[in-house]
Amino acid sequence: MSTATNDESRARGKAPAGERIADWADGRLGIYSLAKANMRKIFPDHWSFMLGEVCMYSFLIIILTGVYLTLFFHPSMNEVEYHGSYVPLQGQLMSEAFNSTLHISFDVRGGLLIRQIHHWAALIFLAGMFVHMMRVFFTGAFRKPREINWLFGFLLFVLGMFTGFTGYSLPDDLLSGTGVRFTEGAILSMPIVGTYISFFLFGGQFPGHDFVARFYSIHILLLPGIMLGLMVGHLILVFYHKHTQFAGPGKTEKNVVGMPLLPVYMAKAGGFFFLVFGVIAVIAAITQINPIWAMGPYRPDQVSTGAQPDWYMGFAEGLVRYMPGWEINFWGHTLVLGVFIPLVLFGLVLGVIALYPFIESWVTGDKDEHHILDRPRNAPTRTAFGVAWVTVYMIGLVGGGNDIIATHFHLSINDVTWFVRIFFFAGPVIGFIVTKRICLALQRRDRDKVLHGRETGIIKRLPHGEFIEIHEGLSQEQLHTLTAHHQYEPAEIGATVDENGVERKVPAGEKLRAKLSNAYYGEDNQIPKPTVEEYKEITSGHGHH
Amino acid sequence: MKKLSARRRHPLAALVVLLLALAATGGLYAAFAPAGAAQADETSQSLKIEQGKKLYEVGCASCHGTGGQGSSNGPSLVGVGAAAVDFQVGTGRMPAATTEGPQVVAKKNIYTQDQIDQLAAYIASLGAGPSVPTKQDYDPAGGDIAKGGELFRTNCAQCHNFTGKGGALTKGKFAPTLEGVAPQHIYEAMQTGPQNMPSFPDTTLTQKNKQDIIAYLHAIDSPETTQPGGMDLGGLGPVTEGLFAWIFGLGALIAVAVWVAARTAKAKKS
Amino acid sequence: MPEENLPAAQDHPHGAVSVADEEHPFSDPGLPPHEHRIQDIDERAAKRSERVVALLFTISMLATVGFIVSYVTIPHDKSIFVFPIGHISALNFALGLTLGAALFCIGAGAVHWARTLMSDEEVASERHAISAPAEVRAQVHADFKQGAKESALGRRKLIRNTMFGALTLVPLSGVMLLRDLGPLPGTSLRHTLWAKGKLLVNMNTNQPLRPEDVVVGSLTFAKPEGLEEASEDFQNEIAKSALMIIRLQPKDIKDKRELDWAHDGIVAFSKICTHVGCPISLYEQQTHHVLCPCHQSTFDLSDGARVIFGPAGHALPQLRIGVNDEGYLEALGDFDEPVGPAFWERG
Repeated sequence: MSTATNDESRARGKAPAGERIADWADGRLGIYSLAKANMRKIFPDHWSFMLGEVCMYSFLIIILTGVYLTLFFHPSMNEVEYHGSYVPLQGQLMSEAFNSTLHISFDVRGGLLIRQIHHWAALIFLAGMFVHMMRVFFTGAFRKPREINWLFGFLLFVLGMFTGFTGYSLPDDLLSGTGVRFTEGAILSMPIVGTYISFFLFGGQFPGHDFVARFYSIHILLLPGIMLGLMVGHLILVFYHKHTQFAGPGKTEKNVVGMPLLPVYMAKAGGFFFLVFGVIAVIAAITQINPIWAMGPYRPDQVSTGAQPDWYMGFAEGLVRYMPGWEINFWGHTLVLGVFIPLVLFGLVLGVIALYPFIESWVTGDKDEHHILDRPRNAPTRTAFGVAWVTVYMIGLVGGGNDIIATHFHLSINDVTWFVRIFFFAGPVIGFIVTKRICLALQRRDRDKVLHGRETGIIKRLPHGEFIEIHEGLSQEQLHTLTAHHQYEPAEIGATVDENGVERKVPAGEKLRAKLSNAYYGEDNQIPKPTVEEYKEITSGHGHH
Repeated sequence: MKKLSARRRHPLAALVVLLLALAATGGLYAAFAPAGAAQADETSQSLKIEQGKKLYEVGCASCHGTGGQGSSNGPSLVGVGAAAVDFQVGTGRMPAATTEGPQVVAKKNIYTQDQIDQLAAYIASLGAGPSVPTKQDYDPAGGDIAKGGELFRTNCAQCHNFTGKGGALTKGKFAPTLEGVAPQHIYEAMQTGPQNMPSFPDTTLTQKNKQDIIAYLHAIDSPETTQPGGMDLGGLGPVTEGLFAWIFGLGALIAVAVWVAARTAKAKKS
Repeated sequence: MPEENLPAAQDHPHGAVSVADEEHPFSDPGLPPHEHRIQDIDERAAKRSERVVALLFTISMLATVGFIVSYVTIPHDKSIFVFPIGHISALNFALGLTLGAALFCIGAGAVHWARTLMSDEEVASERHAISAPAEVRAQVHADFKQGAKESALGRRKLIRNTMFGALTLVPLSGVMLLRDLGPLPGTSLRHTLWAKGKLLVNMNTNQPLRPEDVVVGSLTFAKPEGLEEASEDFQNEIAKSALMIIRLQPKDIKDKRELDWAHDGIVAFSKICTHVGCPISLYEQQTHHVLCPCHQSTFDLSDGARVIFGPAGHALPQLRIGVNDEGYLEALGDFDEPVGPAFWERG
């Protein structure tokens, strides 16, 4: 070690400046050890592995543009009269928040562009997180050792929703104000504490004079601060665990195959930031978003039809729209189930997906590390559950847009609502069953492909007149890829009778687990993958087609 | 069952499944769509009648009764006034077929303005009602745009949306878009309250108020209106914005990601 | 088709020929050999790629210049027509496109460089166990036990318990500090500005309403007299006292109380939805239904504003109205129940 240092000192006089700066930093920060571990870190290439980057970059874009917007935005609800350059609002009374948003949109050069980039990036950020989360879910990437990172990601998604919602509320326009009013109603519906929480949040009665300032510090400081921390943690864990990869030749649970961080991945990932930013900037140049000037300043006695939140809250909006109006009065109190049940369901639906990794590992008893991804078809029950969950989510989105759907497809809004009410229950069941059947069918096809080869589409006539389709055998690479997944046995309930013949009490949890485990790995719930013996028997025996 | 399995492999199987799915979707749509599409009563166009009463007897009396007293098929027209006739006939809503859907929609107007005036005069003679407004009443140039905006948000936006794009009502009824509707007709609609729209008589929404609203609509909802930020995506708010963000925003980024992650073409295989 | 053009596997329909390791056909054959790209073997192709990357970076530079020029030269209120988008702000369009191009071209250049000119040889790197080896685990456990023992936390229970007590209590100060975020609700949600004798003032004209102003089939919005838009509490008060006034033929009113509280068929209902407080006012004059634009709760105004569809839990509160000596519509008291969304103490 010391000799190396001496060598370096001797060479220092001639070393290039960059190297000398690096040496200087290493002496204080130890960057060389860090670089040694990470500079040539391997990342596998697959488009779906870049979804997380879409999220990270749009988050960075949101922070950059958001900082710019804070330079001009006034988070205040003081009433002012508008005298800016947008004629249809001149002379109107409005809050300073709305006034300054108009100022950004019409009188700050480039202000509208930054506002639109900020808002488009937010919608894309949330959409990206949703798709990224589904990619991780359907490929089983959340399994050990990545459960904690799954939770980090989930928290980022939920916090992103609330950061988005508070941001959407800041301009104090008629649309967002209606959304805030809904929030007040939802908070009021909470038993016992609702009224108090509402008065504390709004500084008294709705709308009060405080919520913009309070949402502002939540929107620009509290939530993004937490999210930034979680995102860094998420990234550190991705580096630490190393990325997962799909099965394939040369890819094992013990390695990761791909391109090194320096230079390929750095160029690709670094370039991708600019690509994401560029695409969002172009969208913001040609597509208008949230034209608050058209909506006007918020007044609690005014409203517009088509009052919807941004898409990521659409699922909650849907739950509220198709819930029947149940209300129970007792002993001088009111239980507002019509609003409170959707509020609870909102948490439950999100909670189920957050806890899924733990539920699955409990059911299946799988405690191994997994770095090779599952193909969704090879985990039919998980995939079916995921589709059922997405179905519930999408039904919520449809319900949240029921009025727009009704007018644009010439349907009755009441029928759309009833459709959604029924499919809230039926949709996930149908989704589950259909997906599972499709997965099993795909497993059968994989099995056929391994054993009988690929259908070439070439028809051959044999000398005695028979027609056969030529099947082309798979290469060893393909055979390996299709058979690399591990198939588990369902968990058994241990002997119900002990060695002395006395009946053993089986705990209910164990029974449930055995049942669920059977649903994952039982006889009809996965197609046994072909064995080498089967393969050899078929390939060696002639005359089989 | 075996046969079915075999046919599933057929090259056309995917097409058949797709057609079946489309047929099922169409069927489902038909089941949910409110019945009946508007059909203009073409027969009346061929008859040239000079007087309003004669026009009325041919085009209107079958539903509204021979003296305008109304029937089970149409309301009484006594006292609706000339403005109502000018709106209903001028926008093509009347005459309507008896098999209209949830509500009578605007169609191509089949009367000349002279004929409409004759009809209006006849109806006005049945009982006093709002008269047809003059250009001075509704000229957008004379209105206060900002005041009109405030009035629009109080009285109109709840059904017709922020920018007059329309919206849903109960059981398949809807508030139509205000884009491209003549100022005169907007004025008359406010005054007379056609179909399920409530009326906003001069006693509660003055002539000046109405003119302000028309001026506002003219400023924000005409083909020349500048949408500073770009395409307005139908002016429907977050639903279309969300769809756009998913399909074109995330869609474009995924397309870019596919390019970034794809293998570069190999020398031998190209 | 001539025989020789058929795939080689024609006589072996199951293609055993392509499997290298016949004993273990499913085993991992290892990473496939690296194949060269055109750029790896043809310097001219590599040069072409280099020029493309440089071109992209150059376009980016030009786009940034374009951004600056647009910023300086285009007035902020200039509108242009762009087919098929329509009339849009020239500045927003120019700034967005130039910024987008400048950024996108940097990204595209970097990625094209990586894809065509940097090595594309896939490398495998070993994963290391995440769990610590047994001896490390044992060492950590031992260290922790020793530390815990030296702290004597387990033995001196008094210290432990009081410390936990102190740490549990200290955050309460923070919670206490939140108390002044807002006043306590009290009965404020139960009262509005409406009171006996308050005139119903037309929202549009700011004039008190007379019964003859309100015709059958019309829709009017009203506020209590004395509440002006410029007043300090306007937003809070209008959020509770906004009123929706319609007139029905008295014979059409099915609910007895509604008829009693009306004046000559004129009924006044709260404009604030009982679901979550949207201003509900999508009134259908033929059906007498009123729909909420937010969550589609539907109320029948001819039947005591009872809920007939949607998520609202109870009818819209009605305001008792009458006519004063001067012939103006007036309230005969406050609402007899809280308006707007239901809450726990509502009862």
